[in-house]
Amino acid sequence: MKDNVVLRVVTKIIVPVILVFSLYVQFHGDYGPGGGFQAGVIFAAGFILYALVFGVEAIDRVFSAATLRIMTALGLLLFAGVGFWSLIGGERYLDYDALAQEPLVGQHLGIFLVELGVGITVAAVMITVFVAFAGRTPD
Amino acid sequence: MIREHLPVLQVVLSLVAAPLCLLLTRAVWAWLLAFIVSVAALLISIVLLREVYTGEVISYAIGGWAAPWGIEYRVDAVNAFILIIVTAISVVALMFAKTSVAQEVAGDKQGLFYTAWLLCLTGLLGIAVTGDAFNLFVFLEISSLSSYVLIGLGQDRRALTASFQYLVMGTIGATFILIGIGLLYMVTGTLNMMDLAARLAVLGDSRTVQTALAFLTVGIGLKLALFPLHLWLPNAYTYAPSAVTVFMAATATKVAVYMLLRFLFQVFDASFTFGAMPLGGFLAVLAAVGILSTSTVSIFQDNVKRMLAYSSVAQVGYMVLGISLVSSAGLTAALLHLFNHALMKGTLFLALGCVAYRLGSVRLGAIAGLGQRMPWTMAAFLVGALSLIGIPLTAGFVSKWYLILAAVERGWWPLVVVIVAGSLLAIIYVWRVVEMAYLRPPPEKLSVTEAPLSLLLPTWLLAGANVYFGIDTQFSVGMARQAAALLIGSSG
Repeated sequence: MKDNVVLRVVTKIIVPVILVFSLYVQFHGDYGPGGGFQAGVIFAAGFILYALVFGVEAIDRVFSAATLRIMTALGLLLFAGVGFWSLIGGERYLDYDALAQEPLVGQHLGIFLVELGVGITVAAVMITVFVAFAGRTPD
Repeated sequence: MIREHLPVLQVVLSLVAAPLCLLLTRAVWAWLLAFIVSVAALLISIVLLREVYTGEVISYAIGGWAAPWGIEYRVDAVNAFILIIVTAISVVALMFAKTSVAQEVAGDKQGLFYTAWLLCLTGLLGIAVTGDAFNLFVFLEISSLSSYVLIGLGQDRRALTASFQYLVMGTIGATFILIGIGLLYMVTGTLNMMDLAARLAVLGDSRTVQTALAFLTVGIGLKLALFPLHLWLPNAYTYAPSAVTVFMAATATKVAVYMLLRFLFQVFDASFTFGAMPLGGFLAVLAAVGILSTSTVSIFQDNVKRMLAYSSVAQVGYMVLGISLVSSAGLTAALLHLFNHALMKGTLFLALGCVAYRLGSVRLGAIAGLGQRMPWTMAAFLVGALSLIGIPLTAGFVSKWYLILAAVERGWWPLVVVIVAGSLLAIIYVWRVVEMAYLRPPPEKLSVTEAPLSLLLPTWLLAGANVYFGIDTQFSVGMARQAAALLIGSSG
């Protein structure tokens, strides 16, 4: 699809918007509709759109297989790590009150980190799935 | 201080270890991490078991949100029993996996293999620990998705179709369970199991509740491989890597039985499930037909692994038979068979894994004369086989005995006949293997030697457990009895 000028130009314009929007959905998730999962999917969709137009190899320039693997693990570790942080703080698992002096601040910080973890893992897995299918060569 | 957090640590240790496993590039390190975490999980489940053994119930509020609003983890005699089975089998199967998986799974996929293993363990433990119906569904999906991966990693290319077949059936099952839970949420507005039970008791009978029960029973029946919903199981067990077959056969269906018990006896009241709804007779008939038909099918299998897989469906039938009796004795027998079946099928599949490691095949023709070439492996197989038939002094005898007693207590004589007939059929299909291994001469050019110690050790550990729990039944029967009393008691 690289030969199609309209697709190429529109993609280049629209991809940054998609990525910024995904960050909005991610970080505004505690106040409005949104959250880590949706943000991760939108973020990955931006890359998938770019790859559909410019080829799968384009993704490899940003996210190599190793990077994706690390991101997949990192998100889940961040989520579970927040839980252990609460345990160390002397509270129940995933009780965000333990994360800061003020319980309210702690709750904000907790959901922020947990959702970030979800977002990272979801985006990485989405891109991995896409690359796994699109990168296949016919046997 | 750590003590009070044990219910959640039981689940999250393996959950955290899974992504760490993904980062470890060397297969040996991934295995080591998985093994250490499994041992830790086993230790935790032992401590939990000791605490609830006195009849206490441990409740843990995730995130500090009290039940019924937050997710509650709830450990009592029933799930402590399940936890110990799942973790112990995971430890034994992982001991076995190091050597076996190194041969059966491609090098670059071994790290992923242990990641999927840990996720599967997390899911199974989570299902057992949680007291929240929706959380149960989430863990069910975690364990299911990871088990599809584990099965798909088998050597044979047919593992992929087997895995896909299981994926389709498993997803239908999980969806049914979700619909059931959704309907319950619709009428009660709660997801906490204890709260659900309390509210359902007040609400009484309605079309929605009946539909929920139907969806849950069929959905769990699919995961349970209850006849006639078992068609995914033989292929999945046959083509999965040896260690995975051991793990799945000894844990996955057991956890499904646990789900069935929890819903039929605690969330719904037994007087509703077996009184207002005719589930008792329904399950009894399916179980009886399942035992007889799948045992018969086992006899005609050429692949020993597939033969045992069909036998597993029959064994699930025994457990469901115990449940359908709706008595303290019946539930004791069901739970006892759940424990004992994990031991015997574990032993049998481990022994077969040793055979597969040396021969690369588990076809009936390939094991001719193996009793001479691999004496220890085949002796362990024999112990497991005797236990499967239900010979006295093995674990299998104890649970069959209790099952027959429970059936007699209710006066359901035809079921006694079914149980005995099932055992007789088991003698036939097991004998085909024993005859082949011990009474046929090995082929001239066959030069196999005994399996390495790293495979024999876990195999004999479980084989020994079969004999031990066939003689000293204090723990297994005591635990099963207590869990049964709790389930029947809660149903008032």
